[in-house]
Amino acid sequence: MSSLPRVLAFARAARSRFALAVLTGALALGAAVGLMATSAWLISRAAEHPPILTLMVAIAAVRALSIGRGVLRYAERLVGHGAALGVLRELRVAVWKRLEVIAPAGLPEYRSGDLLARLVADVDAVADVFVRVLIPAAVAAVAGAGTVALLYWLLPSAAFALLVTMLFAAVAVPWLTARAGQQAERQLAPLRGRLSALTVELIQGAPDLIAFGAARRRLSLLADLDRELANAQACSARTSGLGAGLTALAAGLAGWAALALGVSAVRSGALSGVALAVVVLIPLAAFEAVTMLPPAVQHLQRGRRSAARVTDVLDRAEPVREPAAPAALPPGPYTVRVVGLRAHWPGAATPALNGVDLELRPGQRVAVVGPSGSGKTTLASVLVRFLDPSAGRVTLNGVDMTTLAGYDVRRAVKLCAQDGHLFDTTIEENVRLACRSATPEALRAALAQARLLEWVDSLPEGAQTQVGEHGARVSGGQRQRIALARALLADSPVLLLDEPAEHLDLATADALTADLLAATAGRTTLFVTHRLTGLEAVDEVVVLHAGRVIQRGSHAALIAEDGPYQRMWDRERAALDPAGFGGATQNRRSVN
Amino acid sequence: MKPLDRRLLRYARTTRTYLAACVTLGLAVAGLLIAQATLLADMITGAFLDSRTLSELGTPMILLGAVIIGRALVTWTQQVAAYRSSAAVKAQLRSRLLEHTVRLGPGWLSEERSGELATLATQGTEALDGYFSRYLPQLVLACLVPAAVLIWVLEADLVAGVTIALTLPLIPIFMVLVGRAAQRKMDRQWGTLSLLAGHFLDVVAGLPTLKVFGRAAAQTQTINTITGDYARTTMSTLRVSFLSALVLELLSSLAVALVAVGVGLRLLAGGLGLSTALLVLILTPEAYWPLRQLGVHYHASAEGIAAAQRIFAVLETPGQQVGHRIDPPDVASSAVRVEEVTVTYPGRAEPALQGASLDLSPGEVVALVGPSGCGKSTLAALLVGFVRPDRGRVLVGERDLAELDLDIWRRQVAYLAQKPRLFAGTIADNVRLGAHQASDDAVRRALQAAGASFVEGLPAGIDTPLGERGSGLSAGQRQRIALARTFLRDAPLVVLDEPTSGLDVENEATVLDAMRQLVTGRTVLLVTHRPALLAIADRVVRLDRVVVA
Repeated sequence: MSSLPRVLAFARAARSRFALAVLTGALALGAAVGLMATSAWLISRAAEHPPILTLMVAIAAVRALSIGRGVLRYAERLVGHGAALGVLRELRVAVWKRLEVIAPAGLPEYRSGDLLARLVADVDAVADVFVRVLIPAAVAAVAGAGTVALLYWLLPSAAFALLVTMLFAAVAVPWLTARAGQQAERQLAPLRGRLSALTVELIQGAPDLIAFGAARRRLSLLADLDRELANAQACSARTSGLGAGLTALAAGLAGWAALALGVSAVRSGALSGVALAVVVLIPLAAFEAVTMLPPAVQHLQRGRRSAARVTDVLDRAEPVREPAAPAALPPGPYTVRVVGLRAHWPGAATPALNGVDLELRPGQRVAVVGPSGSGKTTLASVLVRFLDPSAGRVTLNGVDMTTLAGYDVRRAVKLCAQDGHLFDTTIEENVRLACRSATPEALRAALAQARLLEWVDSLPEGAQTQVGEHGARVSGGQRQRIALARALLADSPVLLLDEPAEHLDLATADALTADLLAATAGRTTLFVTHRLTGLEAVDEVVVLHAGRVIQRGSHAALIAEDGPYQRMWDRERAALDPAGFGGATQNRRSVN
Repeated sequence: MKPLDRRLLRYARTTRTYLAACVTLGLAVAGLLIAQATLLADMITGAFLDSRTLSELGTPMILLGAVIIGRALVTWTQQVAAYRSSAAVKAQLRSRLLEHTVRLGPGWLSEERSGELATLATQGTEALDGYFSRYLPQLVLACLVPAAVLIWVLEADLVAGVTIALTLPLIPIFMVLVGRAAQRKMDRQWGTLSLLAGHFLDVVAGLPTLKVFGRAAAQTQTINTITGDYARTTMSTLRVSFLSALVLELLSSLAVALVAVGVGLRLLAGGLGLSTALLVLILTPEAYWPLRQLGVHYHASAEGIAAAQRIFAVLETPGQQVGHRIDPPDVASSAVRVEEVTVTYPGRAEPALQGASLDLSPGEVVALVGPSGCGKSTLAALLVGFVRPDRGRVLVGERDLAELDLDIWRRQVAYLAQKPRLFAGTIADNVRLGAHQASDDAVRRALQAAGASFVEGLPAGIDTPLGERGSGLSAGQRQRIALARTFLRDAPLVVLDEPTSGLDVENEATVLDAMRQLVTGRTVLLVTHRPALLAIADRVVRLDRVVVA
């Protein structure tokens, strides 16, 4: 409830434009009411056969009002949408600034592309609230008040009747409808939920269901449930449909009351006969304002949910505390030392790392291995200051990392993550992200080291080839290689490679690993992986399990020693293909 | 896009009843509207010119009250009818869609398609609400009410009637013209717009990467600029697309002004009575009102129309030709032969399988190996009848599988997929998938045989409920339950498609023992790339990738 006003505060800069939109909108509605009122007066007066000159003003007014209504409404729409787009800009920048502080550790959404897409859609939906909820509601209120005032000037009692019926239609009816809707929803939501779960199961489990001859039974189960839902909906329809009926009743009653009061007033002399038609026709026209409200209420509910999700992100705790006066980054080359490191992900009860020690000296390569969930990725996140240690220390040439600015830490330590993002632009732009000023030669050298150069040169557009959204137009292996080329181009003093081969098939993964090890020879590198093939090339292997180091040493020493590493190694060997048929895998996704 | 797709009438019969109800109610609306206008005009005239008192107007006042209540009732009935039939139509479309999906089978239902289809069957059908409850009745009103009003006004005052008759048709004409211009502009700018809209999501998704390379802060300015560009482009599109609303409102209010001034002047000249003049004035806006509302509801319905069209596209996808013979040879005594089969999936350039042949003698366990993408799974799918050969044939004994009724054929087949799906329900329900009348004891025996004895250790045993996709169990446990399903099916032909691909080495060993039991005495096709599994095969067949020149 309180989240909506908070995000609406972003509209402050566009206040005057919103006011203008409301004003033009209200004038447009006023013109519609005025058109009917003036026409009614014109006709009534004409019935008294006055000289035509007395009607000229009314005739001109009718014409002007008829044009004014359309034009003003057009202006309202443009001004309102323009202002809302301005708010969208402010909102996006604010959300971005906040995300920049908390991402990625402070936002679990980063693990799911869907949730992230929804967040972005929510920001748009909040901006939508202005054009679809606030402006229509304000326009209805201002125009309604103006109409009641106009009628009050003619016949106070009729104005009172209009006020009551309009309030009923604008406040009581939406409230009743919303209540009835919630009640129906409570009844329908579980049914709908079951129905959609069964539907999804049927579609995704179709091979199993069909193969086992169970599809028919599932279909009839679904049909039964659907009928049950349809019946429940039919029951709730009676109350759901009430809103529209009550609004129609209120509009009719306003006209009826105005007529009854008007007739008496004409009789008593309180109202001139000429004005009677005006008094009766104003309420009929005024109800147009109310028809704008039901859609606004619907959008309000949607907008409120979006606003809650957006403010939730704005309020997320920071996973990293930036020092108020950051220490200066010591000059390289760097020794990274990890002592007794414990780390928690925000909201997690158990530590992901629990007392880890590690040293990475200049030019050395260390591999961190272990099953998924052992804390490898957490370690990488702490080393680039995406996450702060909850105990222990991480130092860079002896300087505690928490005293350094995150930005500076990442100047010294670069991470090539397992799902390194490719932006929807060219291969070159994606690689150059690491270093805008890189020479074409340096770029080609990085591509060559990532074993991409030959492939890139074979493409019709070379490095200018577009990679598509999330790199969808290149294969998984090439995506990782582009991310790797980027990390290599950055020529960072310390390089972290987090499961670069995670989502690839074994053959592609092993080929990539071999290339990675070749490309990083002589560079200070921490290599996070769960595959052991090729690790004879690194200086030290650290085995993590449940956040602790359980074994360390050279690859050769570890496979000779009875322990977890040896077992992992044997398993990996056994899974290798003796007949050699698991060979190279065809890449079905390729750049077109 | 057609406002009313005939296919909707064909696929969802309730639509017809509903349309009939809409027309009846629409006629009632038109009648009540005219009655209300006549009563108002007469009473205003009576009180103004003939100095009638309220008590003298008692009867017409009561009549007017009745008309008002009548209008409210008709509106309410309309809404109730709308909600009811939209629920019924959604149910009809959904069940047709799902039935047809099952008919099209897993060969058609690729992974990306199944996601799309699930969305369509759930959210897509819900989107029809706006179309049924708001757009369709308004469409009927937009046809009936202007016509009725026009006839009435023509009767009352020819000149005013002609004015309406001339301006009404201009509305659709101008709407189409403006709509086209807007569409052209949209088409031109669509690329830019979606590019600018997509940019924000792209940079948000890539924020961790930008942070790593120290470029996140610099993006703030870019986002500001890009969103500014987005706003400008959007506004220039909106300026054109709002024109159609402008035209609509201008035409309808200009028509009211024309009628009002014309009627007023003729009244002044004495050619017309006041009550007729008022009647015409009250009725004229009502002729345009449904058209204006139609424009408002059009957008609410667009999503529904789009969803309906996607549903129809699926329903119109021709299903497989089905065989009708219900006497398949017994696999226990007949060989299964794949002869020179070629399969190309729709929309793919290269065949998934080309000229592949394979013989399975009764009781033989054949392992199928080969590089990924060579068509191993397609060959397995052929035997289950999920895909049909484009060339060549699959023989059971001497009979072509294409002639057989597949439901009957599959009674002889047990199939274990790469990632078998467990369904929400109890463990027993899942094991019973292919033999729903099996006793609890049979289920327990099947679980035992599949090496899933851990189930007995659970507090609720075989009645333990599983979450969606079998959550709460490890990958190995899930696979063993799926294997128990295959045991209980007790079919002479067993097709196993990479049954251990998702398992680690220890789990694989457990499943392997169970599988050794399963294959005894049955004809088995075992697709695998795990060497451990080859031990249970009588024969290993290697399938090579299709080579495309």
